[in-house]
Amino acid sequence: MLSRVSVAIFRTAPAARKTKEILHSPWIQQANSLSTTSRCSILQGLLGALSVRNNSSEQIFDIQTPYKLHRLDESPNTTATLTHDEALHYYREMQTIRRLETAAGNLYKEKHIRGFCHLYSGQEACAVGIINAVKRDDAIITSYRAHGWTYLRGVSPLGVLAELTGKKAGCSEGKGGSMHTYGENFYGGNGIVGGQTPLGTGIAFAMKYQGKDNLCVTLYGDGAANQGQLFESFNLAKLWDLPVIYVVENNGYGMGTSTDRSAASSDYYTRGDYIPGIWVDGMDVLGVREATRFAADHCRSGRGPILLECVTYRYSGHSMSDPGTSYRTREEIQDVRKKRDPITGFKERILSSELVTPEEVKAIDVEVKKEIDLAATKAKTEAEVNLSSLYTHVHSQIPPGMKVRGADAFTYGSPE
Amino acid sequence: MGSARIPGQLLFHANKLLFGRNAWGTAASTCLVAKKSSTLAYQPDISPAEFGETTRMNLFQSLTSAMDIVLQDDPTSVVFGEDVAFGGVFRCTVGLKEKYGKDRVFNTPLSEQGIVGFGIGIAVAGATAVAEIQFADYIFPAFDQLVNEAAKYRYRSGDLFNVGKLTIRSPCGAVGHGGLYHSQMPESFFVHAPGLKVVIPRGPIQAKGLLLSCIRDQNPCIFLEPKILYRSAVEEVPVGDYVLPLGKAEVIMEGSDVTLLGWGTQVHVLRQVADLAHDKLNISCELIDLRTILPWDSATVIESVKKTGRLLVSHEAPITGGFGAEIASTIQEECFLHLEAPVQRVCGYDTPFPHVYEAFYLPDKWRCFEALKKMINY
Repeated sequence: MLSRVSVAIFRTAPAARKTKEILHSPWIQQANSLSTTSRCSILQGLLGALSVRNNSSEQIFDIQTPYKLHRLDESPNTTATLTHDEALHYYREMQTIRRLETAAGNLYKEKHIRGFCHLYSGQEACAVGIINAVKRDDAIITSYRAHGWTYLRGVSPLGVLAELTGKKAGCSEGKGGSMHTYGENFYGGNGIVGGQTPLGTGIAFAMKYQGKDNLCVTLYGDGAANQGQLFESFNLAKLWDLPVIYVVENNGYGMGTSTDRSAASSDYYTRGDYIPGIWVDGMDVLGVREATRFAADHCRSGRGPILLECVTYRYSGHSMSDPGTSYRTREEIQDVRKKRDPITGFKERILSSELVTPEEVKAIDVEVKKEIDLAATKAKTEAEVNLSSLYTHVHSQIPPGMKVRGADAFTYGSPE
Repeated sequence: MGSARIPGQLLFHANKLLFGRNAWGTAASTCLVAKKSSTLAYQPDISPAEFGETTRMNLFQSLTSAMDIVLQDDPTSVVFGEDVAFGGVFRCTVGLKEKYGKDRVFNTPLSEQGIVGFGIGIAVAGATAVAEIQFADYIFPAFDQLVNEAAKYRYRSGDLFNVGKLTIRSPCGAVGHGGLYHSQMPESFFVHAPGLKVVIPRGPIQAKGLLLSCIRDQNPCIFLEPKILYRSAVEEVPVGDYVLPLGKAEVIMEGSDVTLLGWGTQVHVLRQVADLAHDKLNISCELIDLRTILPWDSATVIESVKKTGRLLVSHEAPITGGFGAEIASTIQEECFLHLEAPVQRVCGYDTPFPHVYEAFYLPDKWRCFEALKKMINY
């Protein structure tokens, strides 16, 4: 049982830091190199001494689904160390994305959202695993399924939802909409299937050229994996050994066409040919994190690009206009929800290992719901964007006297 | 190349989205689209008696009918694109795979440049290729293939080879809430590539006859389908085979004071402008549907403008470099002494297609009406 003292340790920041220091002591480092069983017993012994018997503040988990490797001699860690705070943090991030997408779906159905709207529900472990394995100043670029990434890169839920509803408070001032959201070192939100892949390659080049110890995570889907631009990107990246992690989020369907109907090889992690690749279970946030850490080390050590295939699933259709049930069965979706859901699976692991308490998880659920509900309400009532938004930001440094033709003065609408 | 077994149920319901139903295909509130549709006010065309028996069809059904005829009559013909074996996201190819087999009606990967290049290969080898690019906004990865390969194959080979058997179909235009990448009208990009034909229908009868012409025409054709019309444009369409001429505009309403020229959805906007002009100003408008953008029927337009002395041309695409500019230039050259006022262009603004304020961006009937008044009072 958890003592009151230990609760206090977890809930107060200075004490938590202290616990962290203890847990990063040589004892724990040594424990990490031992077998899982030994580690657990050492940890328990150690934590028992801290009056934290069952609710240890760090746990080691096996990566349950083995990685597959392409042109790699070494593998990412087959275990993952997770602290109490990390566990709650990942859980909160995944749960926030899930709720954010549910809210977006509802706003769309209520016709508050224009443009198209692609939801990320089911794929949360990919984003959360990756974001927690790269540095804040590393770059990220993805496709139009971008809401969750935007949130993870520092935009508030309101900033995301208000962008979808075309309001001033949106992260792109309401001008981009669902497919075009941006954040800190997050280069968006791109509308054309596969169009972002050469961009990510160029961003990685810029990182290298400027001598930064940074990389670019360039995401695309299994549908985009068949676009020619991707193969041009691969060649450039390997030719110049650019620090880019190509991540294919394989959710099984490129719009309405399943991978086996569209891909000559659905082993996407091998399709970079001369680029090393890793296959990882994209429903396991810890596996994704470990694989990404490995990939990031690969890039930062100057060995050039690497490809990461995260096998995942999207619960919704391709976009809101696709019910998502005509090219796959409802049973298939239900089955994934039941057996592979990234949030439920993670929650069960951190609870059963007693790394966190049910109360802590419940508290996050309540807070997240409240936060997203509030954001969704505000996203409907925030101020509209100004009419001038129609014609600002078309060009930069407009020469004196130049007009965005027809738009700035609304000449056609003015009676003479 | 064929697609695997498919479920019998409908694939996507993008069309339902666009026409005011919710994502699950059930009838729902129609506020945005109702607004757009009321602006649209589709007026059915009457089928000429010589085209024979008719049945009620909307625009996507008339396209299915055209492709059905081609697949029936031309054993070399194939229809392909993203999700088309399932019927396509706008339902234009429903039932064709079941009827003609998966070797002739098939899905492709998401690979626009590949789709068009592949179509060029099919066509140059003598088979009939009808390819779909799922939205006109996605056609740009294939721009190189269309402009550099399809358009020039005949010319550069001294007519030894050609891709006349290629037709690219693609949904285009505004729907009320499509945003930046599901709303664009790209016709003017392609009219700068001699060798292509570019065609845009205004309704179901036109769509079927013009698509059949495009497919049979011995030049590569880009057939842009205003997607807001897929369901909202309904009329009695001939069930049999018929063609409508390419490169020929159609005078839809005769008039004496102003010529109104447009294509696709904009024809219906201009029809309302003509009504406004008649009711409020007692002005008689001549309404012309250009139908084929390249090569365009300058003779019909010139003849009309010589009669009326005024031309208003209107399109959804941005004004600068839009096809209206080409028309205005030709008209000032050919009709200079007949003009009572400068040619007016009422178009989309020179901005990306906006996420919000679409209604301000579009050249609606009021903006057109203001321009018309300006011409009258010049």
